[in-house]
Amino acid sequence: MRRLGAVAWKELVQMRRDRMTLGMMVGIPVMQLLLFGYAINTDVREIPTVVYDQDNSAESRDLLRRMIATGFYEDVGAVRDYDEIALALRTSRARVALVVPRRFGERLRAGSAAQVQLVVDGSDPQTVASATNTASSLVAARSLELLTERTVHAAVLQPLRLEPTTWYNPELKTAIYVVPGLVGVILTMTMTMLTAMAIARERERGTLEQLIVSPVRRIELMIGKILPYVGIGYVQMSLVLLIGHFVFEVPLQGSLGLLYALAPVFIAANLAIGLVFSTIAQTQQQAMQMSFFFLLPNILLSGFMFPFEGMPVPAQWLSQALPLTHFLRIVRGITLKGASFGEVQGELAWLTAILCILVIAASTRFSKKLG
Amino acid sequence: MTLPIEREVVVETEHLSRRFGNFVAVRDVSFKVYRGEIFGVLGPNGAGKSTTIRMLCGILDPSGGVGRVVGYDVAKESEQIKQRIGYMTQRFSLYEDLTVEENLEFYGGIYDLPRARRRTRIDQVVAQGGLAQRREQLAGTLSGGWKQRVALACATIHEPPLLFLDEPTAGVDPVSRLQFWDQLHTIADRGTTVLVTTHYMDEAERCHRLAFIFRGELLAIGTPDEIVERRELSVYELQVDRPVEAAERLRELPEVDGASHYGQRLRVAVRGSEDPERLVRDALARAGNAVHALAPGRPSVEDAFVSMVREDDARSARRAPEAA
Repeated sequence: MRRLGAVAWKELVQMRRDRMTLGMMVGIPVMQLLLFGYAINTDVREIPTVVYDQDNSAESRDLLRRMIATGFYEDVGAVRDYDEIALALRTSRARVALVVPRRFGERLRAGSAAQVQLVVDGSDPQTVASATNTASSLVAARSLELLTERTVHAAVLQPLRLEPTTWYNPELKTAIYVVPGLVGVILTMTMTMLTAMAIARERERGTLEQLIVSPVRRIELMIGKILPYVGIGYVQMSLVLLIGHFVFEVPLQGSLGLLYALAPVFIAANLAIGLVFSTIAQTQQQAMQMSFFFLLPNILLSGFMFPFEGMPVPAQWLSQALPLTHFLRIVRGITLKGASFGEVQGELAWLTAILCILVIAASTRFSKKLG
Repeated sequence: MTLPIEREVVVETEHLSRRFGNFVAVRDVSFKVYRGEIFGVLGPNGAGKSTTIRMLCGILDPSGGVGRVVGYDVAKESEQIKQRIGYMTQRFSLYEDLTVEENLEFYGGIYDLPRARRRTRIDQVVAQGGLAQRREQLAGTLSGGWKQRVALACATIHEPPLLFLDEPTAGVDPVSRLQFWDQLHTIADRGTTVLVTTHYMDEAERCHRLAFIFRGELLAIGTPDEIVERRELSVYELQVDRPVEAAERLRELPEVDGASHYGQRLRVAVRGSEDPERLVRDALARAGNAVHALAPGRPSVEDAFVSMVREDDARSARRAPEAA
């Protein structure tokens, strides 16, 4: 216990001296939070749109007006042919083009079916989805209206209607979706990197050899080194939740106590990953590179940015192996949906299993012998 | 009245060996170190000194042979050994971002000293090392000599009966080195055994006993005087015309084991000659280098070392063609 205490105490003193790293540990969460909260927004608004109106009728102008009124499209000008549409998309003047064919108004007035075309820039899938969805619901609603006007009995009802209701994030605000996830991403990034570097630093400066010849046990060294960083992890988590709640109005539905009680399992898993890295890396630089390399699959595959359901099956397996995947479900579950312990225990079981494997891997790799 | 004292063996190795792949870093090394002595392991860089020390500390497993340190087997009981030894390397493994006091505090904790004991020990090693003025200074801002003192204080904080020092004076100024060796003698005098590696000849002469390691093999062992005497060298210091050329002439003789320049003087070590002075004078006369002065000198550990290395070189040169 005394030995473990000595290691943890030393780590704390070093941490306090290293103003730069300490500043980063607080600065990174705040900066990321502001970046993700303000800058990154997947709710697409005012997509620049060009119009190729071959009909130029009252009906075609009416359709365009209705589209602009949704707020999703911004009319950036008219074009005269498909070449000009292509040019507008290539130069990024527009992302969407609305094409109204000749005799559009005439066909509508005659009561027959008319078509409009929506050309969408597929190089940005987020835009495609938003642009198409909005336009099709708009057109569907309009055609229903027209149908009603044509029928003598105004009381004709749509036979089947979908009434979508979004729970937990009704306005589909990106910040609400992103901020709880950010807690996990920031912890993954800083916790892995800090531990990996803390041991690599000892190796680089020759102090690890001094520790290896001392009677300190592996487990004392590992836990002693990790403990102060768990504290840092809590500070970061609280910071993100606080700013998220008060600046970005992220709701905190569930029990914060539950979240704080479960977080150490996730934090420890990341610290263990850092330890495994540190047994491989010979220098601090290598340790840092490995941590960054590890961050990428976490951001892409954990469900932080892209939905788990959209991944091919092998990617889903990989995703399940990442601690972040499970912690994201826990943190979103608790903060946004008010999930109880029973409702997140499946994810907790996953986290615990991953943690056990990592601890075994770290302690077998971390040897008190050289050569 | 003197009684025959049974000397306590602290370190004992028998045919200790270590291979790294095909490379043999340490081959068949056997020696004993007794309680309270300063035992020097002398050899050039890469001779296997550090490898030997690491095996004795229990952080590197031997590939062959046996090592016993403070009564424990180095391969099987390394954790028991670690409690009872102090270890210091040329890198002075201090935490540069901790103060001197904090470094001592940390190593005291690592060696499981209770709080009160830790306080008194810190005060003691601070007094012994003359570190009182530096207690609050960050270790990283100390000069080499001070770092070395702090490192020694850290390595002895738990009063180990055995101290391993791996080139503890590398890169430290001569005055600090001198003080350091005085401190080692004080420590040894109190009964601590010191095993120290070095490649400095003046330091080798300060050891009670020496082991000479070259290319992983133990070439000689004994007190510095014994090692020098056993070599049976005759040393002369001469002043001669064109000393560089004279040295080259002399080195061509098989009996001459070394000819080196010391300012104006040339120092020549001769081995296995009936009349070494005649040999030197004749060789120089043949070459036409006039000898202005010639006086016998006292053979040193360095002379013995150079001579042994030369013999070993000649032996491996003879062995090589047979192997091919």
